[in-house]
This record gives sequence, C-alpha cells and structure tokens, in this order.
Amino acid sequence: MAYGGSELAGGMMTSRGHRAIKILLAGGFGVGKTTLVGAVSEIRPLRTEEPLTETSKHTDSTFGVERKTTTTVAMDFGRITLREDLVLYLFGTPGQERFWFMWDELAIGALGAVVLADTRRLADCFPAIDYFERREIPFIVALNVFDGARRYSMEDVRLALDLDPGLPIVMCDARSRESAKDVLIALVEHVLAQADEPALP
Amino acid sequence: MASDEEQWLDAQAGPVVRPYTLTQGRTRHAGEAFDLVSTVTTTNSYVSDPSALGPEHFSVLHLVQRPTTVVDIASDVNLPLGVVRILLGDLRELGLIAIRAPVPMQARKVDKNTLREVLHGLRGL
Repeated sequence: MAYGGSELAGGMMTSRGHRAIKILLAGGFGVGKTTLVGAVSEIRPLRTEEPLTETSKHTDSTFGVERKTTTTVAMDFGRITLREDLVLYLFGTPGQERFWFMWDELAIGALGAVVLADTRRLADCFPAIDYFERREIPFIVALNVFDGARRYSMEDVRLALDLDPGLPIVMCDARSRESAKDVLIALVEHVLAQADEPALP
Repeated sequence: MASDEEQWLDAQAGPVVRPYTLTQGRTRHAGEAFDLVSTVTTTNSYVSDPSALGPEHFSVLHLVQRPTTVVDIASDVNLPLGVVRILLGDLRELGLIAIRAPVPMQARKVDKNTLREVLHGLRGL
C-alpha cells in the first residue's frame, strides 16, 4: 500500500503539536549507514543507490569495502514513530565529499548526530567529526564491528580520533535492530546530559 | 554489451522516465525554502486548472489529505526528494497545500521532557 507512510500506530497524526526529531548519521563511505538505518526504520529507506561507475571508482577508495558495488548518492532516511505525536527521523549524510553540499541543509534543526566508524578506516570519519564539532551539534561515535576487523579498545579509538573524554563511544552491529536502537539511546542520553550542563559562554 | 548475469530488468534498470522530466527540467522549487520534516497539508481548495498538474501532483495531493512530512511524501511516492520539493512548490504556488515548519528540536533548545519521552519511546521499541 503506497500510503502507509502517513499512517501512524495508534491513531492519526495531528497537525498541531506533532514533533519531529531529526538525527543525523554520518561516517565514511561504506561504513554501514544504509544498513543501520534499514535495521531500525519502520519504512524503507529513501535513497538512491547508484552503481559505482568507473569515474567514482577513482574518487571512492574501496579498501576494506571490496564487495561494495553501489554507493548511496542521495541519502538514507528512516522513520521511527515513538508516539503518535512524536516521530524520530534519521538522515544518513552522504558519505562522499562531492555531496557535502547537502549536509548544511540536513543539519538544520538536528537534535544530534551519530558518527559511524569502521576501525579499519578510522580516518574516514574525521571530516564528520570536524563538521559536528564546528557546528556544535552533539554527537557520539559508534564503532561498527565488521567481521574480520581487528578489535581496538575504546580508549585507543578515542586517542586516534582525538575525542573529548566525555564523548561517548559505543560498539554496534549496524545489522542488528537492537544494536541500532542502543546507539540512538546512547545519543539521546548524551544530548540530555549536555542539556544539564550550563551553556557555554 | 552486458552479459547474461549483468542484465538489468524492471526496477533495476532504473526509471523509464528520467525523474526531472516530471518537473520539466526544473531543479529548484518555487517560493520560500522548506525543511525536510516540514508538515504538508491540503488546503482542500478547488483545482481550477487540472491540466496544469501532472499525475504526480495529484498523488501528492492525495497523500496530504492527512498532514504528512516532506520526507514521508518522498518515500511514499518513491520519487527523489528534489523532485518532490518541486512538486510541492508548484502545489503551494497554486494554494493547494500549506507547508508548516517543524517545531524546532535542536539540542540547545529542545526541552528535557521531550528528550526523556524520546528515550522512553526508544527503549520501548
């Protein structure tokens, strides 16, 4: 049924008082953003997966993601209805630098962000971390644990990414709904903890 | 030529009509900018000139009988967001829909009770 999108569990969406929470999901190319959104969303992701063309094979390093033949060029989008008047929207930010013009628009009004990282290619998430730090958008780092990837301690990762001691780092399996949920919970808890702190001058 | 294994069929072969054909090649919507999670609602106005609209406009109009967000519309009609925004811009220019900005939910402004509700909702999923 094509119109399922406006159907909400337990009743109709009211035009007044409907609250939309926007959470961003960033990280390098092929790190599992599409998978994570798909694991936790109640609707199919809104995305444009395009085959990797000869041109993009040059610009996109595929080390460690050898099996990936398509890339998300638009965005991943997921929706989680928490209550009939409270809906969480997840937006995967485009991984490739040439689509970064979309970030600013996505970032407006965002509650916070999850930076998804692959320990085999940690440097890929530097730009995302820089971006959220500069915009003062609260974020956490989620390590997507790939099969065959070497395990690192959280503190090694914190050092490698030069993250503040208070910034949460969580492990996750982007394929698992429970794990994806836990990542979102960790982010909201972090935002709530920050809300308790006095605002910076 | 593609080998047997590489044949693209049906949806895999891509859209029959290039998405921006629906918008007559326009890539920018009319009027004021709107957020991805803005709510769109029909104004229930009479469509004075149905020939000015394409079938996709009517699909959108049908959807927004109930308040629906911009991204939800794009997901439901299965068109790229950019195209949907242009369709929405057209409908707004014609006074057929109203687009309402979302309640601001930035981290610095959001109230703690809402955050607790979000946590509660996520834990209960």
